Amino acid sequence: MPIATRKRKADSTTASADATSEPQRKLTKVSKALQKDSISQEQAALPATPQTLTSDKGMDSDDDFNSVASSMDLGEEMSSSVDFGAGESDVDIDDDYQDDGAFDATAKDLAPKRKHFEVEFKVYSPQDIQSQQDTQIAEVANLLEQPSEATAILLRHTRWNKERLIEQYMDNQEQMLDKAGLGQEINQNPPRVVVKNGFTCDICCEDGPGLETFAMNCNHRFCTDCYRQYLTQKIKDEGEAARIKCPGDGCRKIIDAKSLDLLVPNELTDRYHQLLMRTYVDDKESLKWCPAPNCVYAVECGVKKRDLNKIVPTVHCECKQSFCFGCTLPDHQPCPCVLVKRWIKKCEDDSETANWISANTKECPKCNSTIEKNGGCNHMTCRKCKNEFCWMCMGLWSEHGTSWYNCNRFEERSGTDARDAQAKSRQSLERYLHYYNRYANHEQSARLDKDIFHKTERKMTLLQSTSGMSWIEVQFMEAASQALQQCRQTLKWTYAFAYYLARNNQTEIFEDNQKDLEMAVENLSEMFEKPTDQLAGLKVEMMDKTTYCMRRRVILLDDTAKNLKEETWKFNVELR
Amino acid sequence: MAGNKRLMKELAENQSTPPPGCKISLENDDDILLWNVTMTAPSDSIYAGGNFKILIKIPKEYPFKPPVLNFKTKVYHPNVTNDENGSMCLGMLRPDEWKPPNKISDVLKLVRTVLAAPQPDDAVEQGIADQYKNNRKEFEKVAKDWVNKYAK
Ligand SMILES: [Zn+2]
Ligand SMILES: [Zn+2]
Ligand SMILES: [Zn+2]
Ligand SMILES: [Zn+2]
Ligand SMILES: [Zn+2]
Ligand SMILES: [Zn+2]
Repeated sequence: MPIATRKRKADSTTASADATSEPQRKLTKVSKALQKDSISQEQAALPATPQTLTSDKGMDSDDDFNSVASSMDLGEEMSSSVDFGAGESDVDIDDDYQDDGAFDATAKDLAPKRKHFEVEFKVYSPQDIQSQQDTQIAEVANLLEQPSEATAILLRHTRWNKERLIEQYMDNQEQMLDKAGLGQEINQNPPRVVVKNGFTCDICCEDGPGLETFAMNCNHRFCTDCYRQYLTQKIKDEGEAARIKCPGDGCRKIIDAKSLDLLVPNELTDRYHQLLMRTYVDDKESLKWCPAPNCVYAVECGVKKRDLNKIVPTVHCECKQSFCFGCTLPDHQPCPCVLVKRWIKKCEDDSETANWISANTKECPKCNSTIEKNGGCNHMTCRKCKNEFCWMCMGLWSEHGTSWYNCNRFEERSGTDARDAQAKSRQSLERYLHYYNRYANHEQSARLDKDIFHKTERKMTLLQSTSGMSWIEVQFMEAASQALQQCRQTLKWTYAFAYYLARNNQTEIFEDNQKDLEMAVENLSEMFEKPTDQLAGLKVEMMDKTTYCMRRRVILLDDTAKNLKEETWKFNVELR
Repeated sequence: MAGNKRLMKELAENQSTPPPGCKISLENDDDILLWNVTMTAPSDSIYAGGNFKILIKIPKEYPFKPPVLNFKTKVYHPNVTNDENGSMCLGMLRPDEWKPPNKISDVLKLVRTVLAAPQPDDAVEQGIADQYKNNRKEFEKVAKDWVNKYAK
């Protein structure tokens, strides 16, 4: 069983009294899903036994997970909620089965029943993955009455599709064994090293007496030195494991784990098994390695490639990395993978035009003195003339809170002045820069926010130890800082998304949500620039603003994801 | 090193009974890892009359890693790169296809076969392959021109 799972189970112990109908409803839904789409259900299943072979399968947590793939088809009915990282802060807004008011008074009204931007997933450790493989191998080995080494090769051959393997095997055993690189008589003759006199090795041409030799049951015999060197090179230099063939000329027989263990030194067997695990995860569409450097976890998610224009499957690893299961880039909600790819490509192509944006200094729009940005907040105040303005659009800050001002929306100039090609191309560049500016700015601001938080944290610790002040609870600042990071990450991608949106009502609603989140984020970010000694007194205010930020984020993401799922967005490009 | 005894034996064999149409010598007397081959094209092929110089670089890991072949004589052929490398794309030389018992004489036999019978679907020069498929006459004309210009 997986140990590192972040999914909450909807059993009656976590459900509150007034939510008792929930798990019931859910089970019905799951069984409906199972009937409706047993094929995708099977594919999504990791440790499950083949449906066709066992009948005693209960509604355990595995089935519960299996419904992920089918839930895509059920539209609204995403069957249960998944923690989306808010658990790292103390702003918890994610649980369907959370008791009303028991945890957070506001949780109920800001958490809709099922959030459209969330997907179910599980995180697995290397041990989990190993035992999954072992379980499946043992099951199938038992069924096919084949040794587990051969079964492993068969399973890898069909990319761990048990049903297909069993079907093809039952259909034509001989052909199946052959195609997978296994000869007949796999049960006989356990692999062993044989000393052969009068034998000439076809690889090294050695023919001395007492030569140790090895052959699999295809009878391509070579001296053990050559066999070993061949395997070593495949594993070490070529990173091959699951599909290493017999060294014999033209022979397609796959080397099995038992023969390999017999021939190569321990450190190489370890590497071999590591590589096998890699291919296991690589072979399964429902499994991906966490892309964080040095992270050993893999994530399982039922979202398929074909669904990626309808959902952005952000998953959260044990190592705290949030990434997109579709493309393994860092979390890019609400923007779908295709648009992300397009946007990144565009930014690379146009990097020169856009370079000036990353500059850290600008001039005050009123008195022209140089202003440096050192915090994440975009609300700037000129030291000299006290002009308050917005870093992104250089407009008056006082107008940003008003309903008629749009810092985030690109106002296309009306037709008359964009008639000739030059004006058109200038306008399209302006449009791109508008969005790129905001995209890049949030990336930069997120960094600056983090810097300033760490500085503040250090200052507070210092203040406490030098002044003998009582310990100040700084947890709330940590939470605020994390919320800022998350919200800026989201905001950043809203601009890439908006760049590809066609102008219509729905887009305007999106921009309103975006603007609300912008303001919420700037208000919170601003607090970090307050003098350190005032921060303790601002705890409640900061916590409120943090909660508000997260709420705005959820609203924006949920609305966007819902429309994505229903395919109601109008884009100015094809989603290809 | 396992390769040495094997390589000496291969060299001796290739020199005493060379593969059809091939003459083999060492590029430098003290370097067994660099072979020099002169290959005469089959007389029934469009390259007939051409003598092609091929350099074979043998990796230290031979025979666990395949040898590398370069045409030193320019040849107009879909499977040979039209550059200073003159690399030939051969299935059996790919790391996942190469097997240690394979011998250089096997490789040379295959090279000569492919030379005579281009494999346009496995081409490294797409332009030449397209011409080979769609305008054989023109292809043969250029190929023969090149033989006269470079391979005589
Ligand atoms: Zn040997
Ligand atoms: Zn074999
Ligand atoms: Zn991770
Ligand atoms: Zn993605
Ligand atoms: Zn100023
Ligand atoms: Zn602005």
